[in-house]
Parts: sequence; C-alpha cells; structure tokens
Amino acid sequence: MLKAVILIGGPQKGTRFRPLSLDTPKPLFPIAGLPLIQHHIAACTKLADCKEILIIGSYTTTTMAPFISEMQKEYHIIIRYLQEFTPLGTGGGLYHFRDQIRAGNPSAFFLLNGDVCADFPLKELWEFHEERPNALVTIMGTEATRQQSVHYGCMVRELSTNAVTHYVEKPNSYISTLINCGVYVCSLQVFHTMADAFQRKQDGFYNGNGQGHPGYMSWEQDVLAPLAGTNKLYANQVSNWWSQVKTAGSAIYANRHYLELYRERLTHAPCNIIPDVYIHPTAVVDSTAVIGPNVSIGAGVRVKAGVRIKESIILNNATIQEHALVMHSVVGQDASVGEWSRVEGTPSDPDPNKPFAKMDNTPLFNNDGRLNPSITILGAGVVVPPETILLNSIVLPHKHLTRSFKHEIIL
Amino acid sequence: MCGSDKKLGEIRALILVGGYGTRLRPLTLSRPKPLVEFANKPILMHQIEALVDAGVTQVILAVSYRAEEMEKELTEEVSKLGVSLTFSHETEPLGTAGPLALARELLSTSPEPFFVLNSDVICDFPFKELAKFHRSHGKEGTIVVTKVKEPSKYGVVVYKEGGEIESFIEKPQEFISNKINAGMYILNPSVLNRIELRPMSIEKEVFPFMAKDGELYAMELEGFWMDVGQPKDFLTGMCLYLNSLRQKNSNMLYEGDCVVGNVIIDPTATIGKGCRIGPNVTIGPNVVIEDGACIKRSTILRGACVRQHAWLEGCIVGWKSVVGRWVRMENTTVLGEDVIVKDELYINGGQVLPHKSIALSVPEPQIIM
Repeated sequence: MLKAVILIGGPQKGTRFRPLSLDTPKPLFPIAGLPLIQHHIAACTKLADCKEILIIGSYTTTTMAPFISEMQKEYHIIIRYLQEFTPLGTGGGLYHFRDQIRAGNPSAFFLLNGDVCADFPLKELWEFHEERPNALVTIMGTEATRQQSVHYGCMVRELSTNAVTHYVEKPNSYISTLINCGVYVCSLQVFHTMADAFQRKQDGFYNGNGQGHPGYMSWEQDVLAPLAGTNKLYANQVSNWWSQVKTAGSAIYANRHYLELYRERLTHAPCNIIPDVYIHPTAVVDSTAVIGPNVSIGAGVRVKAGVRIKESIILNNATIQEHALVMHSVVGQDASVGEWSRVEGTPSDPDPNKPFAKMDNTPLFNNDGRLNPSITILGAGVVVPPETILLNSIVLPHKHLTRSFKHEIIL
Repeated sequence: MCGSDKKLGEIRALILVGGYGTRLRPLTLSRPKPLVEFANKPILMHQIEALVDAGVTQVILAVSYRAEEMEKELTEEVSKLGVSLTFSHETEPLGTAGPLALARELLSTSPEPFFVLNSDVICDFPFKELAKFHRSHGKEGTIVVTKVKEPSKYGVVVYKEGGEIESFIEKPQEFISNKINAGMYILNPSVLNRIELRPMSIEKEVFPFMAKDGELYAMELEGFWMDVGQPKDFLTGMCLYLNSLRQKNSNMLYEGDCVVGNVIIDPTATIGKGCRIGPNVTIGPNVVIEDGACIKRSTILRGACVRQHAWLEGCIVGWKSVVGRWVRMENTTVLGEDVIVKDELYINGGQVLPHKSIALSVPEPQIIM
C-alpha cells in the first residue's frame, strides 16, 4: 500500500501568484480546467496501490472542504486535508502529521510540492525507489541550465548508483545542473531521520538562538541536505515535462503543457478551435469565435460573436463581448471584457532556444522600478470597457476601468 | 457653369504644389501629394472645383516634381470641368513667390487679378467673396486670414477694421492677434513687379512690403480651415470637412445601419455585417470592410481591405493595404500603399512605408521602413 502527501502551504505563501491568489487559494487555481493540485491527485490515483492522499497546509479547513469532498467523489479514494495550526515549514508540517502518514503502515509515501506542475512519473519513481532497499528518499530530478540551476535545490550524484552525494538548496555558486523537482518517494524510516533533525532544531531553539517557531523545519535544508552522502538519498533523473508554478505568468505556461497531456479531452468543438483548448461544458461559446492555442475556458463563461482568444485562461462566469481579443492573459471570475477591446500580455515562457531552460520567475518590477512585461491579469469582477486596450497590466479585483492602460498595476 | 458670373471675366489661378510632400509620407511615396484623396477626392480637385465655381477658367500648377504623373491624371478630370490646366515646371524649388515670376507671362496676359493658393489647404473656399472684397478696396492684393486657437506657432496678421494690413509678426510670444495667413490670395498682376525669378518667400519678401505701402488687405474666412499637409492634421481636417458637409450638403454623407455620425462611403465599397463605421470616416472606391470591423476617425483609401473584427481609430490606410483580423490600429497610424498588417497585431502610431508586410506588433509610435 502506498500513500501520497501534497504540501500546499498557506495564504501567507504564494504571494508572487497575486492577484490570482487573492480570489482563489493558489493550490485551487484552475489550470487546464482543473485546480492546480487536482493534477497531483489525478497522477496519484493512477497508481492502484495508492490508497490515501493527505493534503497538508495552513489554509482553513472551510477553504479546502468543498474541494476535498469533490475530489473524494470524483476519485473514490480517501483524501483528507490536514491543517497546520501554524506554518511549520516544508518539513515541520510533514513531521507534525507523521502518525497520520504512518497509519496503516504503507510501504512508502509520495511527497509532492503543491506548487509544481508536471507529467508526474510516479510509477517510475516508485519502481526506482523499490529497487534500492536502503533508500530513505528518492528525489525526482531534472536537468536545468547552468545559469538557472542555482534557483533550485542542486544535487550531485554518483552516476553508477544514483546516490546523492551532495545537496545544496539554492546555492550561491554553481553546483550541478541536476535539480530537485519537489517530487519524492519516502520510506517511513525517514521519520527517524526527521526526529533527529527535529531534536537538533529544538536544542538549538532552547539554547538561546530560538527564532520563529520551535516546530519549524525545512525539508530541504534540515532533512535532505544532511542525508546527502549517506547512501540513503537518491536522485532519479527524468526528462518528463516539469515546471514550478510561482508567478502568475507561469500559469499560462503550465496550462499549455497540461492541455497537451490531456489532449483527448475536448470532444465537442463549439467554434473554430486551434488545439489545445479546454472548454467547460457549461460555457457558452458563439460559433463565430476563434479559440486557441492554449486556452482554458471555465464554467459559465460567455464568449460572444467574433471573439478571438489565445494563450489565456478565462475563469468561471467571465464574459468576453463581441469582437474582443484576449491573448497571453488571465481573465478573472465574473470579469467582463467589452466589445472590440484588446487584452494582451507578454508571454514569459522559458527560452525555447536553450535546452532544459525553465521559467524565469522574474519579479514584478525591474531594477529601474518599471513593471516587467508580463501576462495581463484581470482580477475577479473587473470590467474592461468597450474599444480599449489593456497591455501588460495587472488589474486588482472588482475594478471598473474607464480607459486604456499599458504597463500598469491598477489597484 | 463657369463664366456665368460675367463680372469676373477671365480669371486665372496659380496653385503652389511645390515639392516632395515629405510631411505626408508614407502616402506621398506612392502618389504626389495633390493627388492623395481627401474625403475620396484628390486634395487638388477640392481646390480646382472651388476655383471653377468662382469662375476661374485657367489653372496653373506650379510644380517642381512628378509633373508628368499629375498631368496624366489631372488633365482629363479637369477638362470635364471646362477649365484649362497649365503646368509651370520649376527646375529648382522657388519657394512661395518665385513660381509667380516663373509664370509671369501667363499671369500678365490680362489686367484681371488672379488667385494664388497653397495646395495643402482645405476649407470652405471663399473665392467669390474674395474677388468681390478685393474689387471693393481696389488695392494690389488681398489675403485670406483664419482664426486659430494657438497663434504663437504661426505668423500672425495684424490689420485695421476695414481689412488694411498693418504688419506680420512671426511666432509672437505675447498675444497680438489670432488671425493667421490661410494660404489663399488674390493679387493684381502689378504684384509681379515685386517678385524676382529666384527662390523667394511671398510671406516674408513680398507681403510685408505691400503692407507697408498700404496695398494689402485681409479678408476673414468663415467656417473651418486646415492645412492637411501632415497625417494628424489630415485627419482633423477630414473631421471638419465632414462636419461642414453635414451642415451644407448632407446628402453626400452615407446613412445606414452600421454608420455612426458623419461618414462618406464610395458606392463601390462593400461593408460587412455587424460593423460600426464612424464617426468621421471616409471609405474609398473598391474598399472591402469585412464583418464586425469598427472604424472611427479614419480614411481608408481605394482598394484597401479591413478584415474581420479589426478596430481602427485615427488611421490612414493606404491604397490596396490589408488590415488583418482582430488588428487594433490607433494614434495616427499611416499605412502606405500595399501594406499588409497580419492578424491580431497592435499598431500604435506606426508609419509604415509602402509594400511592407507587418508581422509584429508596434506598441510605440515608430516608422517602419
């Protein structure tokens, strides 16, 4: 029997995903028509041996409850949400709920960060882990460019055994192009290692350099890094598609790849479709609209005559009026784009000319204090008037615009 | 028609066509400026028709460039109006006065006064009133003046109550007058004695001396006036012209379901379903506007095509150009002849030279070679 644990953090985290995370908790933000972590759940449920999924985070139970019950119904598997009473870090939360994870004595558990998206190769990872009896943790690894690798957890491994000999989280200088994807297989014995790490943290806390919470523990720095070089930590390098979802711009990129994975899903074409496109069955799309590539359209959305949408996510109950164009943008729930308006952003995809390049999670502002070009985001309930242009701008929820905007954040 | 006003007799007019029309590029790279259609009619034809209406029987075009092209295109058109067209060809640019000296023989064949006008001016041409006023004061010349909002950019004209001009002041720092030279004159042949055959400015080297001698009068223009020599003013002039049509000749304006405000559409143009055209739009012959396009404050020249769902404001679309589907163009964008703008692009203040194909958006004003 196997289990899976998905770490989703809390409302204090994922601020770079604003304003999208102002209306919907980031783990529930729909990508390719499904909440971000539903993709994790779907991948876990494909393994028949996986009997329970535990989601750990500090969002309130009421925030998560509707989603959890929906998932239970859809996948017929035990799915529970465990709320941290206070953010305990990636390791602290896991350790806090160790009894829940150990219950039923699973052979191992998958550990998945909620803020990544991937074509999760869980079966392959589990087989790799099973073949190495002394492995406590197997890390899914992927190749990055030399330059970008330092923004991730970097691993050096012994090539013959794939044992990790050195692990540094976000190093200052170049270590390795093999990076940690935030997807793991763990044996239950890892909790012994965590107990030792936890003890060290506690000792440190009460010996005078106590800061933050005594239960705080980083999975990467306090558990993985010390395990390196002990023949208990392994890396399985895969070439599946993988990306972090940190900034709002990465949502569009993730959308494209998930749509590609689920290509067979769209069965009816209400209008001229350029694949890949997801349209929720309750969306009303005029037959003269042209949609795609890389578009997800949520429930209850209305797309009027002569509309063009590409490289965008349209959230539930939004309306796109006649002749409007939406590209490289996210249109929030209940938002409305007026007729003949143009809502346009700048894509922030990885450099296609560099092998293994990842998304650059660029900050909102550059060194001159100017807004970096990014996708355009309309928060929930935003109204864009007819015949205007909104270029590389971010509009916070419920704002009714009265004119065109370019390169601005509109509070 | 002409000659009905016998008192005017044989009246001649000289139009200063001049040089390359660089300010109206990229349109003038394909056609001489006087032939660029303003409200579906070459700029020059607006002037010639008004002159004919005032009894002018001989029009002299002072040109320094591309005369053959104009001659070919205009001669037939103009002969229908019962007026003769003569080309006075400058081998070197002679300014605004020099061309009068070059055409001296033609202008001095009769003692009657003649009209002189700059070729960029669009207004309710007041030639009859001008001739009448000129005769009433009996001096050597009369210039038309028009009121402008910001006179400091121009040279202003200061004149007495009856119209006698006292002085010209270039770009005044303090407010002196809001009347400027409108680029239309009537002059007696005797004025030719003040002009030499060399590059010479009528505004600076002729008029001030006539004013000093008390021989120059000003007549104030009624209605709108615009120098349409550059794209921005071309579009402003078009709005003023269409507004004037609404008041004086509203049957020339197009009325229809998809039209808002003052719009001219050539009968050979086709307009798709669900469009919104206007206010202030002129659409030339054989233009195709596809379904769902929205066009405001723009001129679409002969044979151009605006494809589905495009949105245009403040644009001049050159002959045979194609504006792609879902394109947005604004802010005095000018497409030269035979330009293709690919689907879904945004063009903000682009000036696109002829025969270009545009495949990338132009988010800031720019010239595209």
